[in-house]
Amino acid sequence: MKVRLLPSPQSLLLHLAVIAALLAANWLLPEYHRGVVSRVLVLAVFAMGYNLTFGYGGLLSLGHAMFFAAGLYGAGLTIYHLDWSIWPAFGAGIGAGLLLGLVVGALALRTSGVAFMIVTLMFSQVFYLTTLYFTTYTRGEEGLILQQEVRSLEFAGATFDLSDPSTRYLAGLALFSLVLLFTLFIIRSGYGRALIAIRENDERMRMLGFNVFANRLVALAISGMICAAAGAAYAVLFGYVGSTLASTQYSILPLLWVLLGGAATTLGPLLGTLVMFYVIDIASSHTTAHLLVVGLVLIFLVLFFRRGILGTIRARWLPWLP
Amino acid sequence: MGFGPYLLLATLEGLVTAAVLSLMALGLSLVFGVMRVVNVAHGEFFMLGAVLAWYFSSLVVGDPAIGFLLALALSPLVVALIAWLSDRLVLSRLKYEPEATIVATIGLLYIIQQLALTYYGADSRPVEAPFTWRIQLPWFGYSGYKLAVIGASILLVGLTALLMMRSRIGLIMRATQYDSETAQTFGIPVRRVYSAVFALGAALAAIAAVLVVPIRQAHYLMGQEPLLLSFIVVIIGGLGSLRGTVVAAVLIGLSDGIISMFFSPTLAKMLATLLVALVLVFRPQGLFGTAAR
Amino acid sequence: MTSNGISTPFSRRSVLKGLGASTGLIAAPGFMRYAQAQSSEPIRIGFQCHRTGIGASYGRWYERTTMAAAKLINEAGGINGRPLEIVIEDDGTDPARGAEVVEKFANQHKVDLVYGTLFSHVVVGSAPAAGELKMPYYVVSEGYHVASGKLNRYCLQPGITDVKAQVRSVAPWIADNLGKKVTLVYPDYAFGHDHRDFFEPAIQAQGGEVVAKVAIPPTETSFTRYLPQIPRNTDVIYHVMVGPAVLTFVKELGEFFGNSGPQLFGFIDSLEAVNINSPGLEFLDGSHFWEGMPRYAQPDQPDYVDFYRKTVGINDEGASVNDANDVSTNAHMFGCWETLFIIKRAMEAANYQGPQDRQKLIEATEAMEEMEAGREHPQGRKIFNGKIHQAFGEQSISKLEGGRLNVVHRTSVEDGLYEAEADYTTQSF
Repeated sequence: MKVRLLPSPQSLLLHLAVIAALLAANWLLPEYHRGVVSRVLVLAVFAMGYNLTFGYGGLLSLGHAMFFAAGLYGAGLTIYHLDWSIWPAFGAGIGAGLLLGLVVGALALRTSGVAFMIVTLMFSQVFYLTTLYFTTYTRGEEGLILQQEVRSLEFAGATFDLSDPSTRYLAGLALFSLVLLFTLFIIRSGYGRALIAIRENDERMRMLGFNVFANRLVALAISGMICAAAGAAYAVLFGYVGSTLASTQYSILPLLWVLLGGAATTLGPLLGTLVMFYVIDIASSHTTAHLLVVGLVLIFLVLFFRRGILGTIRARWLPWLP
Repeated sequence: MGFGPYLLLATLEGLVTAAVLSLMALGLSLVFGVMRVVNVAHGEFFMLGAVLAWYFSSLVVGDPAIGFLLALALSPLVVALIAWLSDRLVLSRLKYEPEATIVATIGLLYIIQQLALTYYGADSRPVEAPFTWRIQLPWFGYSGYKLAVIGASILLVGLTALLMMRSRIGLIMRATQYDSETAQTFGIPVRRVYSAVFALGAALAAIAAVLVVPIRQAHYLMGQEPLLLSFIVVIIGGLGSLRGTVVAAVLIGLSDGIISMFFSPTLAKMLATLLVALVLVFRPQGLFGTAAR
Repeated sequence: MTSNGISTPFSRRSVLKGLGASTGLIAAPGFMRYAQAQSSEPIRIGFQCHRTGIGASYGRWYERTTMAAAKLINEAGGINGRPLEIVIEDDGTDPARGAEVVEKFANQHKVDLVYGTLFSHVVVGSAPAAGELKMPYYVVSEGYHVASGKLNRYCLQPGITDVKAQVRSVAPWIADNLGKKVTLVYPDYAFGHDHRDFFEPAIQAQGGEVVAKVAIPPTETSFTRYLPQIPRNTDVIYHVMVGPAVLTFVKELGEFFGNSGPQLFGFIDSLEAVNINSPGLEFLDGSHFWEGMPRYAQPDQPDYVDFYRKTVGINDEGASVNDANDVSTNAHMFGCWETLFIIKRAMEAANYQGPQDRQKLIEATEAMEEMEAGREHPQGRKIFNGKIHQAFGEQSISKLEGGRLNVVHRTSVEDGLYEAEADYTTQSF
């Protein structure tokens, strides 16, 4: 049987169509919703990074906030204290995510299952406490502001003001598209399929001679980089860096987004982030108990749509959906 | 204050933490061990226990001891009922699949927290201790009630151990934990055992909360921190080992107090958390658990 | 309406009354502008409220005070003849959500300005969004963030004093009345660090010293283990613990020290919305507190304070008139009232017609200097520094005696004044 190394034409078309639709949305959406989608795009990158570890890697991490925060602080602190410009700062953020992913992975991957969950949760707690410990530099939970003037990007000879709503949207979309297509290709690659096979049955893969530890470590490192990219983007696009974004809540959120949209689907994270955002937004206009609605939605989903929205769609109607 | 008295104070405080933690972690360990379920909402059962304790004690005027006893009796029962319902309505339908259960319990967490916010409010409210007795030591004063909490916890942990080791119910629970399929073939109603265990676990958390609420206060967000600590205790102690849970609770409760004597508190927390994580990394089965299944 | 038993829709008395009232209205400035106003569209203020999350107890009272003040403003004819409408959104006391809410106010609700945030981290998280959207952001926070110059020209805090001024105001009194050797007990995060960093120079200027600094992690629920760090030669413990665990802190202080122990000076932030007579707080009896505005009715309080208290619905003990157990956050919520009246005054001075006048609104606010004590400023007289967008005012120091907080000293505005460290007016819009 010939194995496809490239995504199927249908998948590629679907993904390009989604990106095109999002591109058009910049000019078609009302201002408020465009702003919402800008945020959602950046957070969806975070979710996609998480999806790599959780959905495709099969590792339930409760500590991914630390990777997001590594990018956030990596970019934020270098801009705020060292006056770096955007590109090097962004690089610093991604580098921090990669480094953290490797270190945490090397340690945490020695455990599995529930212990892995707790270990990742704890490492994330340590990171969070570190941001508080160095309040002198980070201003802790109060946080730092990156003023509008520093948030300007040099690209292809032109200067872009990242605080401009349209530029911000397009920058977020650019990052999102890059990561989306990257995910699409990597899961079809040899590495990706090995990772999925490990998720399904790691013992068998070990017996087949695969280095399960190394594979998973790579997954965690890439995942760390992607989440950090989202964090760095969040800092430069929205201008705020604070400890709250490193707290456990931001480890739970990507889990929810991915589960809701469909774990191990490429577009699931985006869908989950988008839907969850609007559920909270609409619920909070009607009731102070909007988290109650979130809780109910979660339980409803988990009872009846366990594979998440796209996962259920894939299982029932569209088996080719990546 | 000299080092000796300081250490004594830190030890006493550590014992109080350990006392409350053992009860709460015991509940989690039971649920974990028997049902293999991660209950992220366990902290909310704790919070509910405290909030209900406030409610029940506020119904009674006069001697605070009566209110407290009423709370001690009723609060765990109500929380157990809520837990039992959650299991029947949601968790059993998911057949306790690990990921689905986590998500469901996260949903449960939000629901319970929000309902507490709506009906109990955002304020932190005190509950009067059943008795006020200040012990004056040469170097510092200490609350007699806190010592009573340590004693009560030892008693309750002992009772739970007795229940698990000597009673028929305990035998059934342990059998289900050991091998649920075989247990089922012996006619043990596994589903019902699960519901009962879930309820019992929640009740233990609620009791811990009732004991601690005169020392701390009842606040709708109070379940978050104890949850983390409980997970730490259960994992360090070892999955499925009740003895391990208790030992770990004592160790962690004590060390938390003593480490913070020497380091700045935030740094102490960082080091403690890191230490726990590393213990888990290099000895994942914890202190008493059996090696990975 | 009846007059002499005969029921008529218009009695002579009522007509005269009505004529008199309308004459009064015609003479009043509000009515004049109503005739000139281009629209009777309401002025919409987006109230960023902590309805859930850690700030929820404050949010509740901020909401009540806001609605009471808005109602009063509307009864008096509104702003520039237009009614005031308050649009409320919950920010969950979360900085990221705060920024999203500011965007929602700007782009969906299309409000004229955003107002009402309390917690510092939410203010700092939301400020960039306000700046980008060119949305005037009137915060009621008491944080030092606005005055530090680190936010942007759209952020203002004209209705409540900031922690730097508060701390500097109380230092002289503490040094003169309680003692010169102070131990600081504070939460180990930005809010607590501000107290630590501002208090030390202030007490040193009085010839005092900080003998120990006890930092407590913000999520801590048990404090006894930190208390041994308080040195024996301490005269005063200055405590500013906040959060749900505060009651525990005070109780454990009492258990630890018993009848012997240093003097205590606390910030009422610790006990906002908490009944000072709660069991376990007996240890506080005889100790002193900073109060932004006295919780308990004071015997010599002016009429306008009576009026304010009645209108927002608090009784003499500072609890809700509907529920004696519902204690208010009176040290902060006055900021909402005063800020709304300042907004009204600024809009009238700028002849604000709509969002196109936002910059004029800010400039009009920056131009303000004196704010007289009165119905619009029941907390007391204030001076506004337009450069740092911060108001300076009087502070109260109260003593807890017999279950009541009685004001023993009122600091002057000048006590807390400090040199401006930034200048927003030089920034472009």
